[in-house]
Amino acid sequence: MSAFQKTEAIRSWGRVQNGPHWAAAPHWRDEIPALLGEQAPARAAVLATGLGRSYGDSGLNVGGRALAMTRLNRLIAFDPATGLLRSEAGLSLADLIAFCVPRGFYPPVVPGTSYVTLGGMVANDVHGKNHHAAGTIGRWVTAIDLARSDGSQLRLTPTQHADLFSATIGGLGLTGVMTEIEIRLRPIQSANMEVEDIPFANVEAFFDLARESEGSWEYTVAWIDCVSAGRKLGRGIFTRARHAADGPLEAGPAGARLSMPIDLPRWAFNSASIGLFNEVYWRRKAQRRGTRRQKLTKILFPLDSISRWNRMYGSGGMYQYQCVVPPDSASDAVRALLAQASAAGEGSFLAVLKTFGGVASPGLLSFPMEGATLALDFPNRGERTLALMERMDRVVAEAGGRLYPAKDGRMSSAMFKSGYPNWRRFAAHVDPAFSSGFWRRVMA
Amino acid sequence: MTSNVTARTALILGATSAIAEAVARLFAAEGMRLLLVGRNAGRLQAIASDLTVRGAAAVETEAQDLMTQAEIHPLFDRLAAKLGGRVDYVLICHGYLGDQALAARDQAEADRILAANFSSAALWTLAAAGHLRRQGYGSLVVLGSVAGDRGRRANFVYGAAKAGIATLCEGVAHDFAAGGPKAVVIKIGPTDTPMTAGFDKRGPLWSKPEQVAAVIRRAADGSRPVVYAPGFWRWIMMVIRAIPAPIFNKMSI
Repeated sequence: MSAFQKTEAIRSWGRVQNGPHWAAAPHWRDEIPALLGEQAPARAAVLATGLGRSYGDSGLNVGGRALAMTRLNRLIAFDPATGLLRSEAGLSLADLIAFCVPRGFYPPVVPGTSYVTLGGMVANDVHGKNHHAAGTIGRWVTAIDLARSDGSQLRLTPTQHADLFSATIGGLGLTGVMTEIEIRLRPIQSANMEVEDIPFANVEAFFDLARESEGSWEYTVAWIDCVSAGRKLGRGIFTRARHAADGPLEAGPAGARLSMPIDLPRWAFNSASIGLFNEVYWRRKAQRRGTRRQKLTKILFPLDSISRWNRMYGSGGMYQYQCVVPPDSASDAVRALLAQASAAGEGSFLAVLKTFGGVASPGLLSFPMEGATLALDFPNRGERTLALMERMDRVVAEAGGRLYPAKDGRMSSAMFKSGYPNWRRFAAHVDPAFSSGFWRRVMA
Repeated sequence: MTSNVTARTALILGATSAIAEAVARLFAAEGMRLLLVGRNAGRLQAIASDLTVRGAAAVETEAQDLMTQAEIHPLFDRLAAKLGGRVDYVLICHGYLGDQALAARDQAEADRILAANFSSAALWTLAAAGHLRRQGYGSLVVLGSVAGDRGRRANFVYGAAKAGIATLCEGVAHDFAAGGPKAVVIKIGPTDTPMTAGFDKRGPLWSKPEQVAAVIRRAADGSRPVVYAPGFWRWIMMVIRAIPAPIFNKMSI
């Protein structure tokens, strides 16, 4: 009997892409070589999967094999003197945080949700709100154990198999299965953060605030109103935060307190309701100025308190559009992108703007580069939405920017190749037995 | 972290089962000293490293096939001696779900299901009970199943073995009732573990090993001789046991 079982349709986080897989859920590292070698069913391509938070098709392998990695969540070693932690690749970030906060440590880089695996974080070379200070997670990875379909098991480090190491960081799981990962955690003195919200009037003011904050605030991010037209376009709330110097070291309760029980109907999501949300959010935040103290999980993972929030966008699902544009063109490009979204009447609840610092990303396919990153959610309205994103692609390409594969389910092959000039070097490291919906699409 | 000498101890038999591992993580977080017994040395080591990092005062492993031991009592005493002779918790977790359809026609499969879930589990339970009685304290936790509460065509060989081990454990608990040590059988509902790989696990009745482990951890310090995990299975099984045979026979559950 094959260890792989046919599943129902598996949906990615954006819920537009989905389909059945042949899935196996190994509980032991020693099972992986045999699973990779299994010829049934029909030598289908394989992809290791985690907690399914990628928005598009980079975490899907419809019709192929999926290795569900979340049961491989054992810790292997931790040295409190150096902060080095080695664990199996399926460890969730939420588990890691629950482990390390009481011990006075924190992951050096976290994405916007704690419901991701360590393997997923490395495969997407994730960034956080502290990118200007810490760079991407890949900079903190000291070793990766990689199982390949030829039966080899390699330990990759920045100096050992260095090419494959840099292909695997941000490599979207295409270079093999990461079985173990070692990262360097950072010390913290408190589970609290000092936080400040500052309203700003336009995109220029955002960049001024970002420049002014980066020296003394480790975490910065902005919510931006992408619905309002004209003078209000680009207004937003700039949030900056830093670890508190003292306070309790308790991770706080894990898990969601609320859940989105149903798919919201499509009519609930229109330009009026989004406009209203943006207006109310702006007014509420703009009133609350000054510094406050908050649990770091609340600052860094605001949406984790609502499980399955993606259902807010209805049964049709959503797209997230996240791009980065280089510093010289950043201001103009961001304004042009916001204008496109606003003109199309396709504003989103969650529009996020952040600057990336100059720290180089270590992966051949890493998304972050110096400049500004803008992320917008669009409910899936079919052709209309796709056409808008194509218009936005032209702005991004012109500016010399690129799109984030973890969020993408629709960029063209040309858009991918222009954004990731290292793609040929990367492709040479792809394990021939591995693929994903994303990879088949952009290589087509 | 508690020091090695004063830390409480647990002996976990069948330690590579997913539920045993989840309970062991709770023990480790309390800084306990643990001895893990199972067949596969490499897998025991993977768990031991994890438990050590998570805060266990010490973790030892012993690779033994629990099914093929002729002299269980002296082996149990030797394992207890590895914990310094002091055993606060014993968990008996080894088991084998098997294939009901195959067991119906193949003696070896039926024998394996009965031996793993009843004979072997029972002999280890008796050895552990003897040790705890001599020791005068300690908590004996035996993993049973809701499948033991009523025979169903889908898995009655496994169910019969689990019914047997539950009755045996209840007897031990009765024997312990005078004071000192205690015993509890945990009747576990369907759980998403490697044992149930290949089942369709959608639906509200499937539990995660972590949920079941939390119930087991509480039950180990509780006073009830029979505990359902999760607790709602107590009520479901009460209903299922009460269904008259003519109706039950028409149900495909």
